[in-house]
Amino acid sequence: MSGNHPGLSNNFSRSGEKFSWSKDNLRSIKNIISKYPKGREQSAVMPLLYLAQEQNNNWISIECIETIAETLNMPKIRVTEVASFYSMYNTRPVGENLVQICRTSPCWLRGSNKITKTICKETKCEINDTSDDNKFTVVEVECLGACSNGPMIQINNDFFEDLDEESTKKIIDNIKEGKPNVIGSQKGRRSSENA
Amino acid sequence: MSLVLKKVGEVQKMLNEKDKVFQNLHGFQEPFLEGALKRGSWSNTKEILSKDQNDIIELVKSSQLRGRGGAGFSTGLKWSFMPKNTGKQHYLVVNADESEPGTCKDREIIRNDPHTLVEGCLIASYAIQATKCYIYIRGEYHYEYVQLEKAIEEAYERGFIGKNACGSGFDFDLYVHRGAGAYICGEETALLESLEGKKGQPRLKPPFPAGVGLYGMPTTINNVESIAVVPTILRRGPDWFKSIGAENNTGTKIFCISGNVNKPCTIEEEMGIPLKELVEKHCDGVEGGWDNLKAIVPGGSSTPMLPKNICESVLMNFDDLKANGSGLGTAGVIVVNKNNDIAEVIERFAHFYKHESCGQCTPCREGTGWMHRMMQRLVRGEISPEQIELLENVTKQVEGHTICALGDAAAWPIQGLIKNFKSELMSKYNKKLKAS
Repeated sequence: MSGNHPGLSNNFSRSGEKFSWSKDNLRSIKNIISKYPKGREQSAVMPLLYLAQEQNNNWISIECIETIAETLNMPKIRVTEVASFYSMYNTRPVGENLVQICRTSPCWLRGSNKITKTICKETKCEINDTSDDNKFTVVEVECLGACSNGPMIQINNDFFEDLDEESTKKIIDNIKEGKPNVIGSQKGRRSSENA
Repeated sequence: MSLVLKKVGEVQKMLNEKDKVFQNLHGFQEPFLEGALKRGSWSNTKEILSKDQNDIIELVKSSQLRGRGGAGFSTGLKWSFMPKNTGKQHYLVVNADESEPGTCKDREIIRNDPHTLVEGCLIASYAIQATKCYIYIRGEYHYEYVQLEKAIEEAYERGFIGKNACGSGFDFDLYVHRGAGAYICGEETALLESLEGKKGQPRLKPPFPAGVGLYGMPTTINNVESIAVVPTILRRGPDWFKSIGAENNTGTKIFCISGNVNKPCTIEEEMGIPLKELVEKHCDGVEGGWDNLKAIVPGGSSTPMLPKNICESVLMNFDDLKANGSGLGTAGVIVVNKNNDIAEVIERFAHFYKHESCGQCTPCREGTGWMHRMMQRLVRGEISPEQIELLENVTKQVEGHTICALGDAAAWPIQGLIKNFKSELMSKYNKKLKAS
């Protein structure tokens, strides 16, 4: 489906710059590999893809894949396979804020369509697009696992829950203005209590 | 045994606050060690670990705890399938890849009461002779991952896990592995593939993981909730657990209610609470009142929906829901009222399964796409009564013809829709026909 979803495209591309691990990441890698048995270093491919993505402005280039393959002594195609299978590895560049809107039934029943409209309007982005100033990439995703708090969105690592149009606009405005946002419920309730 | 268990179908009382396993489900108390110790976690773990491994398995078996991940298989029985004293590395793998639409219970355990899970991992691993355990957490739960890592660090620091865990002489290591956005990795063998650094495509069974699992070694895979209730069961005894719920449907259960209710929430209740009571008492009722109810999906997206007349009286446990043509699944209750198009609810599920099919088996890879396209047309009123029959027929061609249950899970919601609302779907078509 959505071939333009940054996490579900098979069109890997080169960034044009060599990718080598930062010092901090080299230390983390050692630690990560030690979690798995000897000879099973391949298990570290998912955590390493996360590290590479973090270091590489939130996307996985062919250079990242080559470096991971070398680090773990894996064929490049095996790393590529994993990077393209899992939707959280962005195989093309994304904006500073990756806005993922949950579209599955529990959120839809509580008005996720309105949230999508508001976000597209406020960020001036279509679904699967990145804004001109590179601040936002907007995608629709399947269930993010916060159903009792729907409708909800995820921006980078943060969940924003119990949304309505007004609170959604506020969140986007705050990002534009560089102001901090409260993560979690936007109605002030504690996790998913019945209040 | 003197304890008389209630029969499935008997009306239950409301769960006492003191009988809740997860005292901090909503995070009003401190989630980490300080709070966990107050809540009773780690209080006599050493004593529990001094029991014989088989005795622990027997106790869990006799509590009649059934797996909380969806299939509802006896947890103790599953553990007993693990080979004994093989000299091989055994593994416990905890499935925290919570992705079934409607389900958000493990998330609350992990972020608000992570020590119940960490302690459960230790005890369960001891019982199955596993010195290593991996918790596979879905990638989107970043904050929950951070909470869990912190709890594990605390447990290591206090000597609760690691070498000579709790002073028991048992060495135990616990690791967290993050998924990266693939629903299919909630299937146990796909999860193992993913943990081994591959695409998450389910394995053929047999061999079963208890024989050949992670890295080819004996492995047990359990859901977060199943593992996290184990310390409390052993502390308070299987009889206490059995005194809640009904025979073979014992204990407490976390329910997640979402969709068209006034106050959607996640709540721990007695297994077998009437569905209507769950919605009316804990969620302040259906939006627009009970009479505005259209249908309820009782156990996450893959379980067939229940029409209003069944919702009046059905009990939320494995056996009663099964007897009513559905299932408890993950206990993710999705309420749909009459203001929404029930066909579109299912169309969105169909989209979900199309998106999440791993592509390995043809009936699922091609079938989920085809079923979704038909569902889109059905929402628009564009498919005729014969085509509705064809759609139903195709769902049965997908069901049961794939390696894992994703094919079944994609077929059931559509079957449930056609079974309960066929005349409505047909009138949709007739209306469209008239309009054109």
